[in-house]
Amino acid sequence: MEKPFAITLDPGSSLANRTGSWRTFRPEYVDRLPPCNAACPAGENIQGWLFHAEGGDYEAAWRALTDNNPLPAIMGRVCYHPCESACNRQNIDAAVGINSVERFLGDEAIKRGWKFHPSAQDSGKRVLVVGSGPAGLSAAYHLTRLGHRAVIHEAAPLAGGMMRYGIPKYRLPRDVLDAEIRRLVDFGVEIRLRTKVSNVLEALQDGFDAVFLGVGAHIAKRAYIPAGDASKVLDAVAVLHDMEGAQLPDMAPMLGRRVVVYGGGNTAIDVARTAKRLGAEEAIIVYRRTREKMPAHDFEVEEALQEGISIKWLSTIKEAGEDDIMIEKMALDDKGFPQPTGEFERIPADSVVLALGQDSDLGLLENVPGLVTDKGLVQVDAAMMTGHPGVFAGGDMAGNERTVTVAVGHGKKAARAIDAYLRGKTYAPPPKPELATFERMNPWYYSDAPKTVRPVLDIIRRQSTFEEVLGGLDEHNALFEARRCMSCGNCFECDNCYGVCPDNAVIKLGPGRRFQFNYDYCKGCGVCAAECPCGAIRMVPEEN
Amino acid sequence: MSFQPIKFYQTGTFTVGNRLLPPEQRSVQASAKRFNSINSGHRACQGCGEALGARYAIDAAMEATDGQLVCANATGCLEVFSTPYPETSWQVPWIHSLFGNTAAVATGIAAALKVKDQGGTRVVAQGGDGGTTDIGFGCLSGMFERNDDVLYICYDNQGYMNTGVQRSSATPPAARTATTMAVGPEPGNVFGQGKFVPAIALAHDIPYVATATVADLRDLEAKVRRAMEIRGARYLHILVPCPLGWGTAAHDTIRMARLAKETGIFPVFEAEHGEIRAVLPIRRQLPVEEYLKPQKRYAHLFGKQPHVEVIARLQALADRNIRRYGLLEQA
Ligand SMILES: Cc1cc2nc3c(=O)[nH]c(=O)nc-3n(C[C@H](O)[C@H](O)[C@H](O)COP(=O)(O)OP(=O)(O)OC[C@H]3O[C@@H](n4cnc5c(N)ncnc54)[C@H](O)[C@@H]3O)c2cc1C
Ligand SMILES: Cc1ncc(C[n+]2csc(CCOP(=O)(O)OP(=O)(O)O)c2C)c(N)n1
Ligand code: SF4
Ligand SMILES: [Mg+2]
Repeated sequence: MEKPFAITLDPGSSLANRTGSWRTFRPEYVDRLPPCNAACPAGENIQGWLFHAEGGDYEAAWRALTDNNPLPAIMGRVCYHPCESACNRQNIDAAVGINSVERFLGDEAIKRGWKFHPSAQDSGKRVLVVGSGPAGLSAAYHLTRLGHRAVIHEAAPLAGGMMRYGIPKYRLPRDVLDAEIRRLVDFGVEIRLRTKVSNVLEALQDGFDAVFLGVGAHIAKRAYIPAGDASKVLDAVAVLHDMEGAQLPDMAPMLGRRVVVYGGGNTAIDVARTAKRLGAEEAIIVYRRTREKMPAHDFEVEEALQEGISIKWLSTIKEAGEDDIMIEKMALDDKGFPQPTGEFERIPADSVVLALGQDSDLGLLENVPGLVTDKGLVQVDAAMMTGHPGVFAGGDMAGNERTVTVAVGHGKKAARAIDAYLRGKTYAPPPKPELATFERMNPWYYSDAPKTVRPVLDIIRRQSTFEEVLGGLDEHNALFEARRCMSCGNCFECDNCYGVCPDNAVIKLGPGRRFQFNYDYCKGCGVCAAECPCGAIRMVPEEN
Repeated sequence: MSFQPIKFYQTGTFTVGNRLLPPEQRSVQASAKRFNSINSGHRACQGCGEALGARYAIDAAMEATDGQLVCANATGCLEVFSTPYPETSWQVPWIHSLFGNTAAVATGIAAALKVKDQGGTRVVAQGGDGGTTDIGFGCLSGMFERNDDVLYICYDNQGYMNTGVQRSSATPPAARTATTMAVGPEPGNVFGQGKFVPAIALAHDIPYVATATVADLRDLEAKVRRAMEIRGARYLHILVPCPLGWGTAAHDTIRMARLAKETGIFPVFEAEHGEIRAVLPIRRQLPVEEYLKPQKRYAHLFGKQPHVEVIARLQALADRNIRRYGLLEQA
């Protein structure tokens, strides 16, 4: 080639110089486990569904959510959201309102009539599910997704377990509960109501290949309280149960004007708040330890206090009379246990409601070989199977952590294990990626955006009606709330790595397809990893 | 602020891109089709701030001029690492001049384009702080004073990095360089010397003067875009941390630029015709130690006996910037 004067070489591109050979560390994209997901007892991929919600694709978000949990509208109301307690955003301003977005998605699904897509396969296997509480419903849902036929036997006249016969309407409206159960029935879950299982092995004979037990814990624990004939001592489970049948106000349980509730858990709070709504002038909770030690959640205690419920801390009931009770003051000893002080007080009371916890009715499990119980709990292995092969259990009957969310998680895990069992395999949960801790992130990049507050029903209506207390978000603020998520540990396509690389060694693959490193030119400086907002890049030493 | 910040889209305008934004609101660097004016394979050190700043700026200028751009480049790292004959990383028409005459070369190109009736093609001159604030300063001031139609971009890494980290008039006080060793009663570069060329550019009353850092891409791109809307002499001074010269980890380049801005050490502002129009306010103010400590060139300040009085003097300089440019005022 003819070259201009004094030119001896053709012009070349620096692409000939593969600077990748300089590298001693290489960047790699990773998906780390966001703390919200790690904390979710139902194993939801929260960051995953928020990703879709952020983009305004609520149906995709709802579908991603229901991959793990079929009850979002219920969860968005009753879940105690341990996800929010773990959320990394707390280190910036306040946790993402995961629960309120979940409720928005759940309500949106009901409003728009979204259904589950029918499962593609049919294994021809039938699984018996005992109980239609959250554990049973979740197990049945996941079994159906996996192609098995799930048949629920439920003793009660209506499905839902404690979600119907325990949790009051002002926290979980029944049309929401009905809508999510109906969707499961439409999906193919069969529910046989008023069908009590009295012997599980016999019931299994009816053409079932395995069984999941989710009978909950419905027998109220009693405490010995000397009581006169005329005194009225009730138990919380029964009171709340009777509320469900009470279509008319005069069918509601008769509690009187002054109601004393004995106990410190969520149930105690719910009964006291129910009593208030039924017209009690005074609703007093008597609890033997302090507020800090109370098993009820702080926000519930707060809501109860707002509604005018009073709480007597460090007190036990000594006896119940016709129109009053005697309580004894307690004091905490060095170890933090309450000890009697010998100081007594009488307080007027028309009735006493005991809310001291529940035991399971395990009558249906008598003579099941290999099945072990301990302190009233059925013992299960990591795959939720009891000592009797093919008999699985979960929810309140199988654990001390008794929430709807835990029950849903148990049901899911059991369904996967049952699926493996039916295929002659053992279930091994997939290994968990490392945690996306806040230290692994670069918080500089997140906009300042304080948490959205949910509307709350006014106090007068809270004291006199069973209307829902906590409101929902509208589309506008639900979207805002979803966009507060920092996508911890998982790429959200912010283009930072692509932009900040001084060597153009990041290839952008396009929407939804993330990025790829060009190791021919990547010098391994690590700027991409340092500036990745969500910590989805790690640097690993090169082998040689 | 020279651009409309985007609120509440998870990362707003802080990240390079944002999948939730409509395409027209995205940055040039977020585009899969960006020019990559300076290509892979260049020989800059790992984590080079100058290579990054140059791609940010020239890509934005290419976008703003629809690719009708010529660059004149002073001697310095940017020229040496990008263009060892016969290879080059530049994907724009590019001419290497000398160490000190880039502004004059660019003036000549602009004049030639005008004569040839190709005024639609725009001219950028670029160089390091040494080439700009020291040896090239006469040519630069002339270009300003004549209001020649050139955008001059200075990539300020605060020293003569290409020849082994010597002091320039942009080297900050107390910093150690090969010619301002950390020895004697006042170790490092002395206080009371040097100059801040953006302020001198301002004094020329030219149409446009701005500063930027590689930590605020959106701001930098908006400034280049604005500069290309204007005819006449324009000056953009970009802080580009140098891992080698500053003694910082390669992965900390952007972080260092961010710290320089957040401590007030480096003021980020924009001016037209000699008047300051906008500043990029400090978002989370930090003491200067946060910025100084990670840099080995300041290591002598943090021995067993920290030089608190020197650190206090540096803090006073940052505080003066904050006052002078109103860096803590709300945007
Ligand atoms: C008042 C109250 C409020 C609560 N509030 C909350 C809350 O806000 N958030 C939260 O997460 N958790 C709450 N809980 C706890 C939560 O309701 C339970 O942990 C959860 O419902 C347990 O689910 P499960 O499926 O194990 O059992 P359950 O929900 O109890 O369901 C068991 C079902 O099995 C049926 N069954 C039992 N035996 C048989 C049999 N032999 N044959 C056929 N059917 C049978 C029962 O009729 C019942 O329907 C609350 C509990 C109470 C009591
Ligand atoms: C007239 C002249 N003197 C000295 C040199 C040697 N020289 C080449 S680059 C350089 C320093 C460049 O410093 P700066 O302009 O700040 O750019 P950097 O390398 O730091 O990016 C020097 C002194 C030269 N090329 N020409
Ligand atoms: S910011 Fe998002 S991903 Fe991170 S913990 Fe909170 S909800 Fe989960
Ligand atoms: Mg320099």
